[in-house]
Amino acid sequence: MRQLSENILDITMNSVRAGASLISVILTEDPPMLTITIADNGCGMTAEFLEKVVDPFCTTRTTRKVGLGIPFFKMEAEQTGGSFSIESTPNVGTTVTASFDQSSIDALPLGDMPETVMTLISSGPDRDFLFLHARPQEEIRLDTRELRGQLGDLPLDTPEVLLWVRDYLREQYGENDPDRSVPNQS
Amino acid sequence: MKSLAELSAIRDRMKGQVGSRSHDLTGTKIVVGMATCGIAAGARPVLNAFVELTAASGKTDVTVSQTGCIGICQYEPVVEVLEPGKEKVTYVKMTADKAKRVFDEHIVGGKVVTEYTIGSNAK
Ligand SMILES: Nc1ncnc2c1ncn2[C@@H]1O[C@H](COP(=O)(O)OP(=O)(O)OP(=O)(O)O)[C@@H](O)[C@H]1O
Ligand SMILES: [Mg+2]
Repeated sequence: MRQLSENILDITMNSVRAGASLISVILTEDPPMLTITIADNGCGMTAEFLEKVVDPFCTTRTTRKVGLGIPFFKMEAEQTGGSFSIESTPNVGTTVTASFDQSSIDALPLGDMPETVMTLISSGPDRDFLFLHARPQEEIRLDTRELRGQLGDLPLDTPEVLLWVRDYLREQYGENDPDRSVPNQS
Repeated sequence: MKSLAELSAIRDRMKGQVGSRSHDLTGTKIVVGMATCGIAAGARPVLNAFVELTAASGKTDVTVSQTGCIGICQYEPVVEVLEPGKEKVTYVKMTADKAKRVFDEHIVGGKVVTEYTIGSNAK
């Protein structure tokens, strides 16, 4: 991956596949550390399975013999001098926490979070996301539950709505200048 | 400043259109592979491009969705186009630029972009 936001997308897609109806993605900056917490109310994992999940040969997918997402994320956090943990309870949900030292030469740029959030929401109309990014000077926030009142029966994953979400977040990130392309893109 | 009120405006605008988008219908489905292999190969900007193109086209019979790993990781980013009554078309090694061509020529124009399909790329 070239951006941390792509890792976040990948790990959060596990929560989508776990059948979660509510997923929160929370970024907390305490320079130089960035802590990422992804919590879901999906199917969860047994203690026994959880132990194997950081091993790159563990997957319940049937199309490929190895699962890569979690081992990859763990390795990237630890390479920066940060940490990784995962907690899970069957039928309750899963929480993944990883911290990254952003001053490390091995740290990836965060990249395009608005595009990651938009992509997550495009995974289906019935799932809710809480996105929070606590930065030193401000807090960026989007809760899809708050959008539903405005949308009525228009699905959350309607392309026009997805673009609104992306541009709303870009604006909060200070990327609303139309002459400026999105920074951090590789 | 973008506001939540704009969403109501989007809703009202979409209501006025014939045949609102929905998932269980007869339209064209664009499905982007979004597992680790796809994301690492650049699937996110491809999905973003299809969402933009679909919104800009005003075509309400087109939906953009995603799937997990379909087992051809070396060809990611992979995009499948499903149209009722037609055979599924699998595009491989996609980029945002290729997405534009696929949208214009295939989704709008009805002509498969053969050079981007898996058949033309198989080793
Ligand atoms: N949030 C979650 N809830 C329930 N199960 C999970 C969750 N995250 C991961 N898992 C389980 O752990 C396995 C390994 O996850 P990992 O992301 O490493 O690989 P994968 O998703 O199977 O494949 P890849 O990410 O490489 O496309 C998954 O197949 C799934 O069974
Ligand atoms: Mg995964």
